[in-house]
Amino acid sequence: MADLTYREALRRALDDELARDPEVFLMGEEIGRFEGSYKVTAGLWEKYGPQRVRETPISEEGFVGAGIGAAMMGLRPVVEIMTINFILVAMDQVINHAAKIRYMFGGAVGVPMVIRTPGGAGAQLTAQHSQSLEAWFAGCPGMKVVAPASVADAYGMMKTAIRDDDPVLFVENLVMYNVTGTMPDDPDFTVPLGRAAVVREGRDLTLVAHSYTVQRALRVADTMSRDGIEIEVVDLRSLRPLDAETVAESVRKTSRALIAEEGWSTYGVGAELAARIHRLCFDDLDAPVERVGGAEVPMPYSKPLELAALPLESKIEAAARGLLAESGIA
Amino acid sequence: MAKAAETPPDTLLDKDTALRLFRMMALIRRFEERTEEQYTRARIGGYCHLAIGEEASTVGAIDALEEGDCLYASYRDHGTALAVGSEPAAVMAELFGKETGVAHGRGGSMHLMDVQRRFFGGWGIVGAHLPIATGTALALSYRDLPNAVLCQFGDGAVETGSFHEALNLAGIWDLPIVFQIINNQYGMGTSVEQSSAEPDLWRRAAAYRMHGERIDGNDVLAVREAAGRLMTIARQQRRPALLETITYRFRGHSVADAGKVYRTAEEIELWRKRDPITRFGLLCSERGLLEQDEIDQVWSDVAAEVKAAIDEALGAAFPDPDTLYEHVYGDPAWREQFSRMHAGAPFGERGEERTWQT
Repeated sequence: MADLTYREALRRALDDELARDPEVFLMGEEIGRFEGSYKVTAGLWEKYGPQRVRETPISEEGFVGAGIGAAMMGLRPVVEIMTINFILVAMDQVINHAAKIRYMFGGAVGVPMVIRTPGGAGAQLTAQHSQSLEAWFAGCPGMKVVAPASVADAYGMMKTAIRDDDPVLFVENLVMYNVTGTMPDDPDFTVPLGRAAVVREGRDLTLVAHSYTVQRALRVADTMSRDGIEIEVVDLRSLRPLDAETVAESVRKTSRALIAEEGWSTYGVGAELAARIHRLCFDDLDAPVERVGGAEVPMPYSKPLELAALPLESKIEAAARGLLAESGIA
Repeated sequence: MAKAAETPPDTLLDKDTALRLFRMMALIRRFEERTEEQYTRARIGGYCHLAIGEEASTVGAIDALEEGDCLYASYRDHGTALAVGSEPAAVMAELFGKETGVAHGRGGSMHLMDVQRRFFGGWGIVGAHLPIATGTALALSYRDLPNAVLCQFGDGAVETGSFHEALNLAGIWDLPIVFQIINNQYGMGTSVEQSSAEPDLWRRAAAYRMHGERIDGNDVLAVREAAGRLMTIARQQRRPALLETITYRFRGHSVADAGKVYRTAEEIELWRKRDPITRFGLLCSERGLLEQDEIDQVWSDVAAEVKAAIDEALGAAFPDPDTLYEHVYGDPAWREQFSRMHAGAPFGERGEERTWQT
């Protein structure tokens, strides 16, 4: 067991896959000499050269499309979009093309491509650079969307995503790059897609989250544990495929469900899960399903306003306490 | 317009080549005419874009491809599929939405494909397949293969951002790709002059320090010569190029468009006189390559071939609704990955047996 940062875990996964399979290559803005805008690819350009760590101009539509065309030939491109906000200019390539090619050509060809990109907010990056848009993609058949929340998952899911024969949107989080965690020593360690994890057991309330919000959820659980309230935290890990069964099993045990996410809750991950929990756990619930997300405003710049817009621990805790109060606890 | 006498000497024909080019253009013409008729009989749904009039631009360029070269096309792709050698019956079956279609009825008119013949699709979003074709050229380069990509698209695609991004990437990465503008002079009902601040579309190549060239797209030999020359350069020197072939569609943008509001009867008539198939037939006659009875025989053969394709497609089965979910994903583990997603899913998405009518 070794301690690594989330960033180092991602880099190690990319490094290991580049070394393992000559058909894997990286592509994106500033990922070479510049080492990546968030330094995830540092050292890889020197190690593997400009063919396999391919620097691109600011042409997201162009190089996401180029990734698709290379993947259709059987290569395994890992395309970096500097932040998830910029994927919007390549939306046509992702949704109209990557997600649909296998189906509309009758299974004749697939797109084994990974798009990796960080989302999230909290560094005063403002409205155009602070979004969590993964739910938009998770709603699209043909896509797979994952959002690891731990160092081990960052490594294990990146390897799985690169080896997957379908397009995978791999959502990282700006705030998580420096988070430290433990990595299994097994060099063949991978994490399957479509499997959520119960990262903390509890009996009173199920708190579902993904990406950095899992870290917040765990802190909320720690805090409330001091008052004798035991929260079960489910890390979704993968949004599509979604592991609704693990969520339902937990809610059947706790009888209460709260979904927290950094993106906007309306039409979001919480909305989808609430609908499923309602169907799966109708007779088990002691309170209506609750959701908490980012404030439904474009992200403001000023620090007090930004903090007010984020789903901070205090906001998640308030939602949890409200839910418990509704059902007669605390 | 180039005259036959101006055709470069290296395109002088042998009889087999003449017959092959003429036959393919005639097949496409007849196929498209019968397709139009099948559409009016409601055997074909959705959008349906015919390429009548553009046969020389399609056939001339595709005839210049070599084994291992890759091809991309726009949604006006029936002729493209025929020109690469896809079975007419499988193409017609796709238009009919049948399981025996080239995409098993999943794609329809705009998404024909034949991976065995390296035809990577007709694409439905104007301009968006240019970056994808560029990526395929990148894969050829990455694997150090001696082939190149031919990427065909209409004049409308030139005004998209994708056009710029794709040509720029091909330029900076020295990719083996020829971008062919099949300029039929209208993007739907909007003329090139209306759409483009530089209506000499081939000149855009200069912005990427790329070779650009405009030729008569209704002269199958000129198209074949230019495409062959530029593809050779792409293969051997890893230099991309932009080739503009000027042509005209005799029909509207799609079968739903009569094509008469935005252009004059005189203009259409003028271009009919430049019909690429008639012209090539005359040339072959003048050169003594094809006798009139041979030309008549070709027309009669392709008519029979298209009729047989229609009959076969009509007799084929529609896809089974139970196969609706096939091909969304292809990873060997996909069913296992999605096995826990049925829980609580919307009605119809929980793996239920279909008890409702479709």
